[in-house]
Amino acid sequence: MAYGVRTAEKPRANWTIVLGLMVLCVSGCRQTHPGESPAQRGGALRSYDGQLEQDDGQWLRATKDYANTRFSSLDQINQGDVAQLRPAFTFSTGVDHGQEAAPIVANGTMYIATPWPNILYALDLTKAGAPLKWKYEPNPSPAAKGEACCDLVTRGAVYDGGKVFFNTLDGYTLALDADTGKLLWRTHLADITKGETITMAPVVVKNHVLVGDSGGEFGVRGWLAALDTSSGKVAWKTFNTGPDKDVLIGPRFKPFYASDRGTDLGVKSWPPDAWRVGGGTVWGFLAYDPTLNLIYYGTANPGPWNSEVRPGDNKWTSGMFARDPDTGEAVWFYQMSPHDLFDWDGINEDILLDLPINGQTRKVLVRPDRNGFIYVIDRATGEVISATPYVQSTTTTGVDLKTGRLQRVADKTPRTGQVIRDICPMAPGAKDWQPSSFSPRTGLVYIPHENMCMDEEGTEANYIAGTPYVGASVQYYPGPGGNMGELLAWDPIHAKSVWSIKDKYPIWSGTLSTAGDLVFFGTMDGWFKAADAKTGKILWQFKLDSGIIGQPVSYRGPDGKQYIAILSGIGGWPGSIVSAKLDTRDGTAANGWGKALPNIRNEVTAGGTLYVFSLP
Amino acid sequence: MSSLFRKFCFSALLLSCSAAFAQAPLRVCSDPDDLPFSNSSRSGFDNQIAEVLAHDLHRPVVFVWARARRGFLRERFNKGACDMLMGVPDGMKHVRTTIPYYRSSYVFVTRRSDELHLTRFDDPAIGRQRIGLQILEEDFSPPSLPLIRSGHAAQFVGFDSFGQGGDEIVRAVADKRVGFSVVWGPLAGYYAIRQRVPLALSPVKPAVDAAGIPFSFAIAIAVHSNDSALADALNGAIRRNQSRIRAILKEYHVPLETKEEGAL
Repeated sequence: MAYGVRTAEKPRANWTIVLGLMVLCVSGCRQTHPGESPAQRGGALRSYDGQLEQDDGQWLRATKDYANTRFSSLDQINQGDVAQLRPAFTFSTGVDHGQEAAPIVANGTMYIATPWPNILYALDLTKAGAPLKWKYEPNPSPAAKGEACCDLVTRGAVYDGGKVFFNTLDGYTLALDADTGKLLWRTHLADITKGETITMAPVVVKNHVLVGDSGGEFGVRGWLAALDTSSGKVAWKTFNTGPDKDVLIGPRFKPFYASDRGTDLGVKSWPPDAWRVGGGTVWGFLAYDPTLNLIYYGTANPGPWNSEVRPGDNKWTSGMFARDPDTGEAVWFYQMSPHDLFDWDGINEDILLDLPINGQTRKVLVRPDRNGFIYVIDRATGEVISATPYVQSTTTTGVDLKTGRLQRVADKTPRTGQVIRDICPMAPGAKDWQPSSFSPRTGLVYIPHENMCMDEEGTEANYIAGTPYVGASVQYYPGPGGNMGELLAWDPIHAKSVWSIKDKYPIWSGTLSTAGDLVFFGTMDGWFKAADAKTGKILWQFKLDSGIIGQPVSYRGPDGKQYIAILSGIGGWPGSIVSAKLDTRDGTAANGWGKALPNIRNEVTAGGTLYVFSLP
Repeated sequence: MSSLFRKFCFSALLLSCSAAFAQAPLRVCSDPDDLPFSNSSRSGFDNQIAEVLAHDLHRPVVFVWARARRGFLRERFNKGACDMLMGVPDGMKHVRTTIPYYRSSYVFVTRRSDELHLTRFDDPAIGRQRIGLQILEEDFSPPSLPLIRSGHAAQFVGFDSFGQGGDEIVRAVADKRVGFSVVWGPLAGYYAIRQRVPLALSPVKPAVDAAGIPFSFAIAIAVHSNDSALADALNGAIRRNQSRIRAILKEYHVPLETKEEGAL
């Protein structure tokens, strides 16, 4: 690409492209089609033919099952009685930062992982009021707070075989005895002096705990490590940039698209040595297909932010890998956003489903990506079956299914010193980390996401450790329609929506689907809600003490009753306006969120409380 | 010293006098490991200049050791961790800045033996050499921008240039790991004379890029937005101690610019 060369005149695009049945705005859409969503209605309910993992009534990992459905087969709480749902017990974590973790339930105990200082609490569900059974305080380094980009979050713990595994912001993975809280091992993985932190929820696949890094996007090189569950020793570690031997690319690597084939693309698709600090971290949710014996995970955006300095596809960032969980070997890769321009991490969840498509049952993964497209990808081969926009985009026009390539609007390419307005979706994308769920009873995917755009503008003087510089500032604002958030019910077979719920703030919590045909989610202004999975009608809501950005779960208690659990506590990237007490008069606070969320500090305060609900 | 100070004080603004006699310690946020600017044994030039200014204001100086990384202003400074912060660009937002106490620019660091004499980013002598640049937050430093426009993006080699290993970007020139580097003046000056081979420093020209990106910066002290009393007092102290400040900067080989040469 001709980077950095400013053309004297750019044709001002002010037209629409008709792509199949989808009408996509390229520019000026806020004027011409206010409020119109590209997620066309017309999807259908259809019960799922495939198999899901057996539900034992526990919630052992953040994603519930390896297919990432977040579906609970419990149906005591259903459309008929949800109106009577009321708090059963609560628990204060004592940590007033963004609570993104899923409560983990195993053997009559609930495990809660808090943001830094990363305390792990075990609550005894067999006793009235679920009293504290034990707690473990790892005392992570305060220095990690300075390196974490977006509040001090963790996305939770995982239970496996009598052990609880969790990560600390300062770069350790710990294994505790699930009964006693005794430390079994502790492995140092991420180096905070290089800007690396760990925020993801670990996943156990067979005898490995899988952990990746997060952190400041520049200076960090993304990796995924597999630790032996009994010893904590690193069994394998793979990087997402650099030579093939570091990326564990070998003879088994068969990417579907030609642009991903070749030797050492993790070096060659970068300027010299830039891959060493090229980002591509791993901080989302992993999926695992035991039949194909493949794990799936997305890689974060490349660094540095300024895309002009890294010409090339910047492999293997803003894409996704399928790997062998035993050896770490790469099997295929697909890059959603080659040469990312807008901080579009590819870390979103992959929901593994077997769907009838064009008369055939295909083993697919459904991925609502940060770049604004919902992908349906053949999970054995990496072939993109469909890629459908679910938000209005001014920056892309589609995905070429022959090449797999994202089609960009050249006009919206950031160029230094140039103000670019009306970039949709914004840097956190159409959807950030907040995980979707799937219900086999409706066949729909329930996608919490944001509907926001941004301007990249002006430059202002700043400094770091004695060195002055001038940096671009970004400002976010609501997208078409004026609502910043949406919960979308999506038919992945027809690639159409069925219903949606709009919210004034970005919906930054995950969703939970249940066999009671309910979808649970929370809003940033503190409402925990249950919607009818078929129609989107809100059937129940309860106001929590703080904003909600967590992951709701459901379990069967030792008393046989169904419970719904969620952590309150605003924070995360947008919510740090409240938890870190940022000044919203500064539009660039929280890297662009300040202007978008000027009122949220007047509506909610910081918190960190577990709420558990049941029927009377 | 004290009598000299009093003499000056009677002839100066009453406001600065009252500030000067206050005995409350002047709390200065300072990086514990970031030479030549500061370190925990107070041997950076900003430590020394802060001491000169505090002495002038008759206030004991207390260094509050803190790293000025992402979120520092909101997490520490604006929460009152300290009263002032040395070494920020003049006019920086969200704080009040004093008058500048020096002005410097990004400089080309070349091997003298190469006789490159670089001053401009469109100089054909840049060729296809590898170019060392500082990494700041998530980006390369401002000189990356005109270099990108001239088609040199693929030649960049990024260096973290803080604290331990801060000399790496300059040493890489001496060791021929890069053809040349473009480095913020004070850092370049301090480390250039410590290399085994002679290096040449030349300020980046023009001082402001066509897109309005400056390479020359006036450097001031940050105080809290509402602390005009301290800003006024420090302004007086900077004016009174210009020659001492200049002498300290020279001792650290900081390439200095005059206002006419610089942009801001």
